[in-house]
Amino acid sequence: MPEAAVGGAVHGSGHPVHVDGEVVATKRIGGYQHLTLTAPGVPEGFRAGNFVAVSVAGHVARRALWIHRVRASSAFGPTLDVVVERRGDGSGWLAAQPVGTRIAITGPLGRPFALPKEAVSCLLVGEGYAAAPLFPLAERLRERGCAVSLVVSAPDESRLLSALEARRSARSVTVLTADGSVGLRGRVGDHVGDLLARSEADVVYAAGPHEVLRAAASAAERVGAWSQVAVETWTPCGTGLCHGCPLPVVGEDGVARVVRACTEGPVVRGDRVRWDDL
Amino acid sequence: MSAQLPGPVMVASGCGGTGRELEAFAGAAGIAGLHLVTRSITLDARPGGAAPRVAEVPGGLVNAVGLPNPGLEHFLATELPWLVRAGVQVTVSIAGATLGEYADLARRLSRAPGVVGLEVNVGAPDDAGTGLFEVREPYHSASVVAAVRREFPSDRPLLAKLRPDVSRIVEGARACHEAGASAVVIGNSVPAAFPDGRAGGLSGPAIAPIALRCVAAVRAALPDVPTVGSGGVRDLASARAYLDAGALAVQVGTALLHDPTTVARLRADLAEETP
Ligand SMILES: Cc1cc2nc3c(=O)[nH]c(=O)nc-3n(C[C@H](O)[C@H](O)[C@H](O)COP(=O)(O)O)c2cc1C
Repeated sequence: MPEAAVGGAVHGSGHPVHVDGEVVATKRIGGYQHLTLTAPGVPEGFRAGNFVAVSVAGHVARRALWIHRVRASSAFGPTLDVVVERRGDGSGWLAAQPVGTRIAITGPLGRPFALPKEAVSCLLVGEGYAAAPLFPLAERLRERGCAVSLVVSAPDESRLLSALEARRSARSVTVLTADGSVGLRGRVGDHVGDLLARSEADVVYAAGPHEVLRAAASAAERVGAWSQVAVETWTPCGTGLCHGCPLPVVGEDGVARVVRACTEGPVVRGDRVRWDDL
Repeated sequence: MSAQLPGPVMVASGCGGTGRELEAFAGAAGIAGLHLVTRSITLDARPGGAAPRVAEVPGGLVNAVGLPNPGLEHFLATELPWLVRAGVQVTVSIAGATLGEYADLARRLSRAPGVVGLEVNVGAPDDAGTGLFEVREPYHSASVVAAVRREFPSDRPLLAKLRPDVSRIVEGARACHEAGASAVVIGNSVPAAFPDGRAGGLSGPAIAPIALRCVAAVRAALPDVPTVGSGGVRDLASARAYLDAGALAVQVGTALLHDPTTVARLRADLAEETP
């Protein structure tokens, strides 16, 4: 079973690096911009659930981005993919950068998803661009012989990450959109209980907005399954230095604490998050 | 009696995590010999403030982190030993609600193995709001310095970190020096507000000229008071500006949040520069 991911060691991913990276491909898919970056040392140390912190011209704070995929080799050497939603001037800048732009990248950062020791069955639930880390997770789980059921959700079709490739690693893929434009209509909260029952999963992994994480964690708790959630918060530095990304949790000793989402998280056990305080 | 000051580059309080996170970014020289000022440690654990704790503004950040820290006992048991073993030169920043708390912190830290020096955080941008001993007048900071100095041997560095307010900085520096501070750190985040009006402190490149003005004022009026510059240091040029103005050392805060290798680079750049 996955270990509790609250408190303890620094940087779950071993040794992050701060390097000069480069945009080697950029592609608009639906509402998101998919960037492929070189960042020597980052793809090599990657585990599913890690993120990178990137610098944006003219800005002091970093922008955290989930790592969606790594390739061990390509014409450019090892690369990593991130999915950018244009929300503010930082993400807008990133999405607009052409191939060849150099970007300072720090990573891999944060505690990744813990993998089960045995070949159990797993339900993966993600929404929007934040579903990105579930795709490499699905591959890792399949390699370990786990049966993977993947649920990809979005407000509408334009914000649905393509599950096409994931069909190779997942036993079943369910698509949900809030407006019903494709797949089942509704939100994760409406369907996760049924989907969990059908998958008979022992472990639930979730990535997305807080309400999605909470719905997945509560569904897991109701049936006695483990859950791990990748909590996205505003992380000014991403490296654990500033304490600017508080994540309220309950420690293994039952004591309420506030930890750093970027360092003790972003992946934590779903039953340890104090959702009302988040 | 004068204490050997840490420097010439230090990690500013609250911008180096627990210290350990910097190991990955320490470069070829490694983390040994790094001068770290810890985040401010209080007697009891503090969870820190509510989100958002940090906001981005042009030229810097506004922060109201609320001094999250595990409390003195936990710090001594779990964080300090790792740092000392790794060869980090540790200056512990302390913050208290009363003079008695400051004295208590100083007494216990004077006996902790491996602590190089102390820094008293007497210029927090919203001290009263954060539950700290409120510093309005120079004698307030001086009374903190005196309370700490009584408990902390005079041959060990005690830094007094002051608010970079040019109208008060000379008096504040004089009072702290007379009360026993080995050096004054000028300054801290500048009192500011988040876009929604909440109190916080401004840090980063935007405040470098403000702190530099304060360093110059103190150097001119009090040439015998050792000073440390803090505010917007991010590269050799911005560090040089403080050192050329007479500061003996600089502290790097916000720049580390932007690039965690800043201190390692600056240490190397300064070492290369001095023949
Ligand atoms: C996120 C953050 C946390 C801070 N925490 C502390 C603290 O605990 N104690 C303290 O004395 N100063 C604290 N400071 C102030 C810095 O140590 C530094 O003096 C100030 O930010 C100015 O330097 P800079 O422009 O290099 O950041 C903090 C600053 C920031 C940005």
